[in-house]
Amino acid sequence: MPETLLKINGLRKSFTLPGGMFAKKRSLKAVHDVSFGIEQGTTYSLVGESGCGKSTTGRLISRLLTPSHGEIWIDGEEISQKKESQLKLVRKKVQMIFQDPYASLNPRMKVREIIAEPLVIHTKLSKAERNHLVSEMLEVVGLTEHHADRYAHEFSGGQRQRIGIARALIMKPKLIIADEPVSALDVSIQSQILNLLKDLQTEFNLTYLFISHDLSVVEHISDSIGVMYLGTIVESGPKDVIFSNPLHPYTKALLSSVPVPDPRLRRERIVLQGDLPSPVNPPSGCRFHTRCPACMDICRTVEPEVKKGLADDHFVACHLMD
Amino acid sequence: MEKLLQVNELETQFTKDKEKLKILRGVSFHINKGEVLGLVGESGCGKSLTSLSIMKLFKGTSGEISGGSISFKGEDLTHKSEREMRKIRGKQMAMIFQEPMTSLNPVMKIGEQLLEPIRLHLALNEKQAKEHVIFILKKVGIPRAEEIVYEFPHQLSGGMRQRIMIAMAMSCNPQLLIADEPTTALDVTIQAQILELMKQLQREEGMSVLLITHDLGVVAEMCDRVAVMYAGRVVEEANVFDLFESPKHPYTKGLIGSVPKIGQRKDKLTSIKGNVPDPSNMPKGCKFAPRCTEAMAICLEEEPNPTDLGNGRMCSCWMIEEGRKNVYA
Repeated sequence: MPETLLKINGLRKSFTLPGGMFAKKRSLKAVHDVSFGIEQGTTYSLVGESGCGKSTTGRLISRLLTPSHGEIWIDGEEISQKKESQLKLVRKKVQMIFQDPYASLNPRMKVREIIAEPLVIHTKLSKAERNHLVSEMLEVVGLTEHHADRYAHEFSGGQRQRIGIARALIMKPKLIIADEPVSALDVSIQSQILNLLKDLQTEFNLTYLFISHDLSVVEHISDSIGVMYLGTIVESGPKDVIFSNPLHPYTKALLSSVPVPDPRLRRERIVLQGDLPSPVNPPSGCRFHTRCPACMDICRTVEPEVKKGLADDHFVACHLMD
Repeated sequence: MEKLLQVNELETQFTKDKEKLKILRGVSFHINKGEVLGLVGESGCGKSLTSLSIMKLFKGTSGEISGGSISFKGEDLTHKSEREMRKIRGKQMAMIFQEPMTSLNPVMKIGEQLLEPIRLHLALNEKQAKEHVIFILKKVGIPRAEEIVYEFPHQLSGGMRQRIMIAMAMSCNPQLLIADEPTTALDVTIQAQILELMKQLQREEGMSVLLITHDLGVVAEMCDRVAVMYAGRVVEEANVFDLFESPKHPYTKGLIGSVPKIGQRKDKLTSIKGNVPDPSNMPKGCKFAPRCTEAMAICLEEEPNPTDLGNGRMCSCWMIEEGRKNVYA
């Protein structure tokens, strides 16, 4: 039985939107009762459309944000309400890779300094030792020693993402949270980075929380998947089950929306009507009922419970399951 | 089939510090009437510049067409004056851009923005023009069209804004619609709505579409034919079935192999090594050669010419040109 590295339970986060002269303060429930676990050495992906709370969930787990409610267990330790001063040890175990490789690297620092910064903060290694580790790490991510003394602007998007990965890996973390790491890249570069992430996972036994809106990328990289809609996970389970036998109407619609790069497979799609409702004022009952093609009366009033689906680790929150 | 647009050896350059930089280096393709042509390639290959060149939208830049021809309905656009172009833009060819927020005027009501092209190009009185606006909004699936005309762009969602852009482009029944990454900024479920809408309108109106995208999934769903661009040139042109079934150019092969496909179990994606070359520092010979797995000695020396493979297929690659030569030898 593989060890569970990350376990989150009933995680919630709400933000308060500032009121104006006439407007009242409003609360935005970005993440609402999210629970899942990730086993050591596997990849769990959160998918959903913009504004569904997937990035907020990632930021809560890395404790860049503090949850309003709920538990986060990493490697047997509960960290949801730890203070900044106590988080240093956690930060060694959890590292992030960000979406925009142009905005997430300091333009005034040399690559060597960028990658070595975690070492400066977390270790007492000498400069020579740090440089040695940086060179090693550059090799690992497919760059070379002579890249180390350049600045971020001298690199292309794909190379910058490699630098971001090197920075995340230098502390030998256990969990990597990758928030849309390939969305800003061209397809040919995207595949280079996806291949690299897979190789690194095998080499260092890494655990990934992969956040993405792109279902084809998610299918390629994940072991398990959680589909998010307006702050809740509507369906979760092993990749094969989700992709071959989705049960939630939203998962079905999402899967059928993805354009397939094969002209012989043009098919009838489930096209959802309307737009994503605002999370400030989410619909009553099931949050998806306003766009759901299979909406029933009960969906408008009662929030569906999470039920077991087709496998032990397949869960669906939908009244159709009753 | 009748050709609506024929672009021939089109060259576009920019001037910076008195130095001329050629970005389009001889782009050739054509669009038939009632056809959807996909123009694909990675960022920086010149897809968007091709569409701007066709519309001659260079205002405020040093961009200019420095060679080749653009024949639209038999007339060469390269020699048209700004005044003549204005009569064509919006009326005979219209454009949809990627970012619907930045391409709508934020301080103008939706209705007023839609009235602009109609007043300019169609001989309608005030009342008829307003009715036409409502008609066209309903056609693109905007609910409560009568109220939306009094709203501002920021009050609408991304998908709705893109519908407004489409309505604006379609308002004067253009024969050619240029759509530059029309769904890239949208979520997948909204993208599906917009693609459906574009397909339906294209079929109803029998218009030709130049669809610029980097998403091969969108290409496979929408296009009849595809032109693949690399470093300012079209390197392969084929109908959509041939292109996905048997891509000829190593770049096209690489692109198709890089895309993860749902349902296809593959441990590793094929990737193209390296990066797109910098236009100010182009390699000698075939511009793809430094990244090509099949590069031969000649590829590094000389740029290959397009070879006609029959059935409307074209490919610029030494493997094919050499192969052809051998057949005739």
